[in-house]
Amino acid sequence: MSELVDRLVANGTLPAVLPLWVWQLGAMVLFGSIVVFLFVLPVAGITTWVERRIMARMQSRIGPNRTGPVGFLQWLADGVKNLLKEDIVPAAADARLFRAAPYVVIVGFVATFAAIPFSSALIIADLDIGILYVTAVTALVVVGILMAGWSSNNKWALLGGIRSAAQIVSYEIPAGLSIFPAVLLAGTLSMQGIIAAQGPAPWQWFVFDNPFAFCAFVVLFTASLAEGNRTPFDLPEAESELVAGFATEYSGMRNLLFFMAEWGNLYVIGAIATTLFLGGWQIPWALEGHPVLRHLLETLTFVVKASVVGILLPIWLRWTLPRVRVDQMMVMCWKYLVPIALVNLLGTAMWVVAFPNGLLPIRLALLALTVCAAALFVRRVIFHLRNARLGREHLSFNPLATARSPG
Amino acid sequence: MGLAGFEVEVQRQTEGGGLVTEDMTLNMGPQHPSTHGVLRFVVRADGEVMKEALPDVGYLHRSIEKIAEKVGWHGFLPYTDRVDYVAAMFCNHGWAMACEQLAGIAVPRRGEYCRVIADEMCRLHSHLLSVGSMAMDLGAFTPFTHAIREREYLNDLFEELCGARLTFHYMRIGGVGWDLPPGFGDKLAHFLDRFEPLIDEYDRLISYNKIYTERLAGVAVISPQDAIDYNLVGPNLRGSGIRYDVRRDDPYSVYPELDFEVPVGRGELGVLGDCFDRYIVRVREMRESCRILRQCLRQIPDGPVIAKVPRNFKPPAGDCYVRVESARGDMGWYVVSDGTAFPHRCKIRTGSFAAISMIPRLSRGLMLADLVAVIASLDLVAPEIDR
Repeated sequence: MSELVDRLVANGTLPAVLPLWVWQLGAMVLFGSIVVFLFVLPVAGITTWVERRIMARMQSRIGPNRTGPVGFLQWLADGVKNLLKEDIVPAAADARLFRAAPYVVIVGFVATFAAIPFSSALIIADLDIGILYVTAVTALVVVGILMAGWSSNNKWALLGGIRSAAQIVSYEIPAGLSIFPAVLLAGTLSMQGIIAAQGPAPWQWFVFDNPFAFCAFVVLFTASLAEGNRTPFDLPEAESELVAGFATEYSGMRNLLFFMAEWGNLYVIGAIATTLFLGGWQIPWALEGHPVLRHLLETLTFVVKASVVGILLPIWLRWTLPRVRVDQMMVMCWKYLVPIALVNLLGTAMWVVAFPNGLLPIRLALLALTVCAAALFVRRVIFHLRNARLGREHLSFNPLATARSPG
Repeated sequence: MGLAGFEVEVQRQTEGGGLVTEDMTLNMGPQHPSTHGVLRFVVRADGEVMKEALPDVGYLHRSIEKIAEKVGWHGFLPYTDRVDYVAAMFCNHGWAMACEQLAGIAVPRRGEYCRVIADEMCRLHSHLLSVGSMAMDLGAFTPFTHAIREREYLNDLFEELCGARLTFHYMRIGGVGWDLPPGFGDKLAHFLDRFEPLIDEYDRLISYNKIYTERLAGVAVISPQDAIDYNLVGPNLRGSGIRYDVRRDDPYSVYPELDFEVPVGRGELGVLGDCFDRYIVRVREMRESCRILRQCLRQIPDGPVIAKVPRNFKPPAGDCYVRVESARGDMGWYVVSDGTAFPHRCKIRTGSFAAISMIPRLSRGLMLADLVAVIASLDLVAPEIDR
């Protein structure tokens, strides 16, 4: 971003009457607003539509299909509806905290995009400590949730807020420990630096660099689910236990802001995993002469990877798994994930010392293992679909409609 | 907030001579997503750990037993649907059987078979809702929709059978209201052909899911002795390993002619009598119901479905106690007749009422999230508790 502004000022596109930092700041604000209003908020909205369609398919339903083509505009309609709803603040609530809480949550979520890359040039601020910054601002979400839970003056909300605090603070640790293997491999904390240290081909990604990094990716993904309050870790808003958890007393747009942050956070989860382990925006072609095409392709690569890992996978898990209990959640974090993450960190450190350039056979073997596992899984799914005789035409199969009736 | 009748003493404890903590009193229900219907629990909790959960019943009390004394013998049948609207057929059956016993009416054999078919369909109907909503209460929404999808087909069948999808009013004193409609047997067989493999699919989808079993195994254990002491019936009792089923031990209707197993809990994943046992007993009972339905379809004889019963029905004075195995267990009907057109007294004994009395004891020391699992595993249905 800053090089681009430097170049534009140098070749006179931007007049030099203003000092350089003003242009820099202007470019940052401009790109930031573009990212927030044209990408972040729509992504959070569109994710709700994607989730509802996928979930409906999993549950032999149709899902939203009335607003726009295949119901695509449902998220806009929901947003408008929520904007028009009354914003109720309970009489007994701590009104100031209650009103502020959704903004804290949404700030914690939007601020991560400052350091999330889209392509080799498109990043609002390529901070030296990029990944640490992302971890820090995502932790802001828990402050907002705790504020919401406390200020609602409702015991269910309070329980939700406390659960959320316990959960997010605990899972920060395995998540943080799992970030560092990638940092060790890349030798930098900068998001762009980590991506640049990887390559476009899957065996050049950090996830396949060594077995420890592979485990670290799994731990990071699990911990991210917990930090994003997703099933099986959706305890803070467990609707069957805590009514709606920390959001119990919220209505209208404030309620929507919480859920926008939740759904938007899915993309953040995917983006972090993609940056650290899945090769980020790397594409195999240099495309020297076509910078626009190149950045478009890079952005596309990144968004697709992040969406698959961050949006589709968690949605699939969410509508498959039940919810864990509070103590099981804690046990899983402190007894399993933290030690595993520590071992991964140490293992990767030793690996980096032992094989500074990595081992291609190990990389290929890990990749082959993953591909085999995925293929086996797909085969199993196909087998079960056949076994249940549930083809596409059977999805709406009604045994009563097709029964042989003599009368 | 006034908690009438539940003034919980605020306990002040000093732990280690410093921090003074108070228990939190949580009001769970009557409107709460997992207290299906209008159950209410007053929970005294220390953070997430419950010290006590006191059920508060009566939100759905409609004086159904008193209504019986006012509306006459025939007229009370539609009201029995509302005793337990999730499994209405059994309540129909209980009332009809009580009246028949008082008046000494013999039901035609085809009528009895129609009753058993309706009963077992209703058991599937109720158990599907129970296992589905249990999964939903534990946070898995998809199994619930799969269960409800199958239940929807059963609803269609019921609609064909008696015109209603939930409160059936299918049985009459002396038999059933209508014979099976043309083609009903084929449709039911077709449904069973499809449904039985889906029970396996359901097991794969949720029953043996690791998170699910971890949530249920070893939670809220009811020992066989406790189950008897607290008068639990039906799947809750069988979950504790006691093989007692009214259909087998005090047979009525045509159940003696049918061959079926009574599944009991085996403590396979935790302790005998835990939430998982109660859950898996229901899943296995669905298989047995399918078996019974197939036998009924094979054996059903021709003939009338209802005996001649005078419109002005006046059973001779006397009393009787009949029992049916409802989806929630042994449902007892004590009916006293004084020889007039109106029952003198009717008392209904239901399984959910016995089960809810166990909750204060079961909930002690469990996590708040477990209360939801306990409620779901006992398969409490609010109208059946209050009547």
